[in-house]
Amino acid sequence: MRRRRPTAFGVLLTLALALTLGFLTLPVVAIFADTSPRRLVDSLGDDSAQEALWLSLQTTVTALAVIVLVGTPAAYALATRTFPGRTLAITVIELPLVLPPAVAGIGLLAALGPQGILGPALQDTGLVLVLQTAGVVVALVFVAAPFYIRQAQASFAAVDPDWLHASRTLGAGPARTFLRVAVPAARPGLLAGLALAWGRALGEFGATLMFAGSFRGITQTAPLAIYDRFATDFTGALALSAVLVGASGTLLLTVKLASGPGAFGAAR
Amino acid sequence: MLIRRRPRTLLTVLALAVAAGGCSDDKTADAGGGGELVVSAATSLTNAFTAYGKSFDAATARYSFAGSDMLAAQIRQGVRPDVFASANTTLPDQLFADGLVQRPTVFAANRLVLAVPAKAVKVRSLSDLTKAGVKIAAGSPSVPVGSYTRKVVAKLGAGQSRTILANIRSSEPDVGGVVGKLTQGAVDAGFVYITDVTATKGKLRAIALPARLQPRVAYSVAIVKGADHVAAARAFVAGLTAGRGRRALAAAGFEPPPS
Repeated sequence: MRRRRPTAFGVLLTLALALTLGFLTLPVVAIFADTSPRRLVDSLGDDSAQEALWLSLQTTVTALAVIVLVGTPAAYALATRTFPGRTLAITVIELPLVLPPAVAGIGLLAALGPQGILGPALQDTGLVLVLQTAGVVVALVFVAAPFYIRQAQASFAAVDPDWLHASRTLGAGPARTFLRVAVPAARPGLLAGLALAWGRALGEFGATLMFAGSFRGITQTAPLAIYDRFATDFTGALALSAVLVGASGTLLLTVKLASGPGAFGAAR
Repeated sequence: MLIRRRPRTLLTVLALAVAAGGCSDDKTADAGGGGELVVSAATSLTNAFTAYGKSFDAATARYSFAGSDMLAAQIRQGVRPDVFASANTTLPDQLFADGLVQRPTVFAANRLVLAVPAKAVKVRSLSDLTKAGVKIAAGSPSVPVGSYTRKVVAKLGAGQSRTILANIRSSEPDVGGVVGKLTQGAVDAGFVYITDVTATKGKLRAIALPARLQPRVAYSVAIVKGADHVAAARAFVAGLTAGRGRRALAAAGFEPPPS
């Protein structure tokens, strides 16, 4: 790969990289540059800003717990079992990755809304999702789960089958093998998937607004609060944005450090 | 091999995450473009303006519909549509005072109503809104429909208004959000414009507000300073007060501007 003398192609690569970096970092830098740190901190003292951040934390953590509990065994099944329709199942699970949030919102309403397919059944059980915090969690699980499951599946598939086999030969049951061998071996990948899912959940907007609505303290998560403030309080919107940038950046960095250089790949 | 491939998968997923997060419903199309007239307009004008645009000859009208407050904030942030049409007079007046738009013209009036799903029986009158367990959707306080709603509720007296405000379960960014929550049956009632109820073609039913509670709902339009297509913008605004735009507004249920 490496040449002593810069070639035209090398210059092209450098330019492309510089352009990419500049374009992707500029909006993020602007969030911090557009106002003083002092004013950012001040507008975070606002009750509704704190409520929005707190709600975002609660709903994303709850959503992640659901995703991990159900998604981990599901991903393991996809990685280690062959069954008819497996490719179809993988495609269906990955579909929300590329769905526009507005489509997710409409879909959730059509499925779980008061007039949705399961609406009457939900009503009978007394479970209300629309306009409730639980509805936010449902929306977050829907949009974020594929990010975790996809990564988890790849990580389980990368675990040496001989280890699983050895564990079984040594007398461990399939459940024990899953918990004691497969999960620890796949841990860096699972953590990386978790962070990506968390980042996606933190940023969720469209599906939440359409399915769960926007109400302070109940359904108005940080991204919705940012949108709500845009018209009246641009600095406040910037401040909340800065927190989300910080949180998402920290998530990504944590994964990089936790999973070592191998997980993201060093140049070789 | 598998370990070497993992970073690629990760980056792909990350790219998708960023893409998915970024494409949240972007109702506001980019401004600019040759030979086109870019109009930022209140959500409640969607049907009337779309119809007007089809018969408008001077240019191809391209619309960005959203809450008026959102559109005004975009103009403050440097977005330059040619025309800004708001569901109130306050926002264009403020932009005019700040030198961002030309002198606004009031071009239409509307009526605020209480809307309920057509088949629902839970809410039959304004006083039903105080019942426990009634779910109401309203515009957020900064969008005109939300500001009108709060004016109406405030006139009902401290006790009633507090109970009603406590029943508001969602603060929507524009009137379209309120209509959506109503047609999906997520709420029992919501305050929208009479033209919105008409546009749902029977899905919603309007409960008229008593005259003493009815706020003055006037729509105002202004040409944005620095607009790229001033001649077409003038023709568009002129047509709203006398011409095809006026007729499209009337067909959608808007009233002539208050004199």
